[in-house]
Amino acid sequence: MIILKLLNMVIALAAAPLLLGIINRTKAVFAGRTGQPLLQLYYDIWKLLRKGAVYSRSTSWIFRVGPVIGLSVALIAAALIPFGGLPAVISFKGDLILFAYLFGLSRFFTVLMAMDTGSSFEGMGASREVTFSTLSEPALLIGLAAIAKYTGYISLSQMFSSLNLSVWLNAGPAFVLVGFAILIVFLTENSRIPIDDPNTHLELTMIHEVMILDHSGPDLAMILYGAAIKMWLLGAILIGIVVPVHSGNALFDISAAMLFMILLAIVIGVIESSMARLKLLHVPQLLIGATTLSILALVLILR
Amino acid sequence: MIYALLLIPAIAAVLSLIVRSNIFRRIILVTAAVSHTVITITAWNKEANPLLNGWLMLDKPGLLFLTITSVLFLACSLYAFGYLAGESGRKEQDFEEGIFFTNAPAAIFCACLLAFLTTMTLVTVSQHFGLMWVAMEATTLASAPLIYFHRHHRSLEATWKYLLICSVGIALALLGNFFMVIAASAPESNDKSMILSVLLQQGHLLNVPWLKAAFLLFLVGYGTKMGLAPMHTWLPDAHSESPSVVSALMSGALLNCAFLGILRSYQVCLAAGLGRFCQDLLVLFGLISIGWAAVFILGQPDYKRMLAYSSVEHMGILALGVGIGAGATFGAMLHAVNHSLTKAMLFLAAGNILAVYKTKTTKRVSGIMTIMPATGIIWIAGFFAITGIPPFGIFLSEFTIVKSMIEQGRIGIAVAFLAILALIFIGMAIAFLNMAQGRKDDSLQIADNPDTAISVLPPLALGALTLMLGLYIPPVVNNLLHDVAVIMGGY
Amino acid sequence: MNNAADTIMIFLVLTNLTLLGLSRLGTCIRIVAVQGVVLGLLPLLLNGWSLELHLVFFSAAIISLKGIVFPWLLTRALRDLKTQREVEPLIGYGTSIALGMVILVICMWLGSRLPLPVAAMSTLIVPVAFFTIMSGLFLIISRKKAVTQVLGYLVMENGIYTFGVALVQKQPVLVELGILLDVFVAVFVMGITMFHINREFDHIDTDQLSRLKV
Repeated sequence: MIILKLLNMVIALAAAPLLLGIINRTKAVFAGRTGQPLLQLYYDIWKLLRKGAVYSRSTSWIFRVGPVIGLSVALIAAALIPFGGLPAVISFKGDLILFAYLFGLSRFFTVLMAMDTGSSFEGMGASREVTFSTLSEPALLIGLAAIAKYTGYISLSQMFSSLNLSVWLNAGPAFVLVGFAILIVFLTENSRIPIDDPNTHLELTMIHEVMILDHSGPDLAMILYGAAIKMWLLGAILIGIVVPVHSGNALFDISAAMLFMILLAIVIGVIESSMARLKLLHVPQLLIGATTLSILALVLILR
Repeated sequence: MIYALLLIPAIAAVLSLIVRSNIFRRIILVTAAVSHTVITITAWNKEANPLLNGWLMLDKPGLLFLTITSVLFLACSLYAFGYLAGESGRKEQDFEEGIFFTNAPAAIFCACLLAFLTTMTLVTVSQHFGLMWVAMEATTLASAPLIYFHRHHRSLEATWKYLLICSVGIALALLGNFFMVIAASAPESNDKSMILSVLLQQGHLLNVPWLKAAFLLFLVGYGTKMGLAPMHTWLPDAHSESPSVVSALMSGALLNCAFLGILRSYQVCLAAGLGRFCQDLLVLFGLISIGWAAVFILGQPDYKRMLAYSSVEHMGILALGVGIGAGATFGAMLHAVNHSLTKAMLFLAAGNILAVYKTKTTKRVSGIMTIMPATGIIWIAGFFAITGIPPFGIFLSEFTIVKSMIEQGRIGIAVAFLAILALIFIGMAIAFLNMAQGRKDDSLQIADNPDTAISVLPPLALGALTLMLGLYIPPVVNNLLHDVAVIMGGY
Repeated sequence: MNNAADTIMIFLVLTNLTLLGLSRLGTCIRIVAVQGVVLGLLPLLLNGWSLELHLVFFSAAIISLKGIVFPWLLTRALRDLKTQREVEPLIGYGTSIALGMVILVICMWLGSRLPLPVAAMSTLIVPVAFFTIMSGLFLIISRKKAVTQVLGYLVMENGIYTFGVALVQKQPVLVELGILLDVFVAVFVMGITMFHINREFDHIDTDQLSRLKV
């Protein structure tokens, strides 16, 4: 049992950067380019780790401690999320709330260190990040609450292990709604199009990227790795809800989950290739929409 | 016979669209009105027999409201005969803002008037709730072009409000229809039709919560059309902006038809033993309407709007009368007749005043008695009649309602009712008496005698009828009113 | 809660909420059209896709009216306008959606208070029909333009229709036709009035229609 739990953790930590590689490769295929290697993020992290960091004289200790907290929070969160039939390392009643607010903590420090640089662009990014996350948080929490109500458990591990494909027969519409809501949360939290453009080079239009402009070397590596893990975990939640395959055969379940993960990355790539970024003014509307979907699902399940 | 009642105005409507000659078109209008009235009067002596599987039948309440509609339409069509001679299709200057506008063509006006009569007739003769709803919606659509006769932006505004608010109200009434169907679909009952007589027979089988909801929706939905406060907001605009003939018809006939819609659902509720519930609601809406109207009548600067708010008041009295029940039901039915006659007479007189003074502002009208004595007399008589001064009919009907309130020990309501009536009397007295008396404005250029027979006789006849009902109710009418009151749970 | 009727009901709720949050008039009209088409399929669906002649006819009439004719009329009205094609709400989009959710919860509660005496295809029908009616009313009172008010009226009509079709099984054909015709004429008359408003005022903002007071 403990081996399975550790296996879950190992898969998450090892495979997380791969996800971004697949997304970027999909986008490249759509654009008719060869694109970067699938393992580009691994190379980037490795390269950054070997470099030294540059610190501005106007920054304080917050700027240095931020990336460490960000990464450690991501690691703790990874311990909470079950994946493809594999149980989570830690699990207790109500851990879904801890999960949601772990990311809140990491966001808090990201925002603080962005403000710490004293750059006006980074402050702007921080204010956008806070605005959008306030709106996406209820969507995630209410969506999870709907699943919790349906399964009757409030621990992530029990919740996900009690789901299986028959939910589609019993509460299909509600699960579609939650699925869409969490997909939007996924896109928002990982700063993907149509909410944010990770490839933009114009500070004015950035949200997440602008906040980490001043980081370099190992700090940037930690932030990148933390972000990759976060994307992996939200993806795990999404496929845990939408395609809960629980056959009993551990190997089969893991490979199915891996397959769906890759599929999810391709879908994200397709979304990013086929949509334009929303106007900043319209992002709150989309997020309110996601919250609405979650509430609707909750209402349907409560009824 | 019902077919004749429906077909005559319908065919006349089509004819008036086809006919080129203006005079011929007006003759068609009057002929249709006369024959409609004649057939209606013959219907008084005949037994009601159902047609089309019971979908159509002229029962007692239907007959009462049909007669009101028919008589009013006759008077209005005669008045319109004179009115249309000068008004239609002409380009003229608006007297309030100085803008130029044209009137709608007489063909459309006549056709819509006749279509309006057809749809109102259909409301009174239909026994099927769905059919009645269709007819009610059709009255809205037929009358909308009538309000937009003077084609300028104020009348357009009134038309838009009328269409939108009434359509929403009617849509709610449709929902009420559906609720009624659900209430009637109890497994025990074998005939699940929406025909009134069937519903009345199976009253005890109806599902109570759904029936209550249905009545509420009917009350709000048809109440919008009837002009019960606070859903009356379209009414003052539509009445003040439309030609006076149309105002008279809407106030006297259309509002009554909507009231009939509420009464039909009330009948079903009575059969299901929900009388108390409905009566309380009717009393509530009635009192709100009377009070609301009083507030707006006091200090109202526009005399046509004042008449419109007075209609809101009297619709409130109708609802209140039925809500009080017992003897007041008879009073309410009598009041429906009296109010229609009086209000139509006042609106037609207002049309005469408007034609001479070119203003709807009360302050700028004075000396009607010296300029146009006949209209002046009608105006003063109408004022006494509408505020319930004896010997006019409204005094009798309001007295009956108050008497029944006191008999039932509902003193509080009676006192409130009388107090509001007194307020309304004061508000209307100031306006009406100032208009009728005083010296005439010298700047006004008026022909020697603006009163013509065709513009004075129809309102005068209506006034004579309501005066007669105040002094002596013919036994035939009395019996009919009593029968209707019994059907509506009173006596 | 798993059948096609439920799915349609949830679709209705979603389209209503979208309407509350949308800013483009053209898109709003298209959404109402889609709603109309889906509702047109409802009577067929509820009778298990049995292709009775009168049902098919009714369905076709509903789809062609709600899905094609009304949107076409409204799009035409919109095309002739020289004004902005934004909805111009009196109540903001986000607030509208939030209020929509509150209304939805109230409707769910109301639906549980009025149990149906007859078995229905889906327990969602009553609350969703209520919600659609309420959203329509909300659109009418919270939007400035005449087009949007007509749209609100159509949405409200859709709600009532849902209620009728889903629950009132034995409606005589004549009534169905009468209702169809009435709605058609109502929209038509409103369209003509809108045209006149447009010509008279050069815009269709109903908040400018405020000369008649007291």
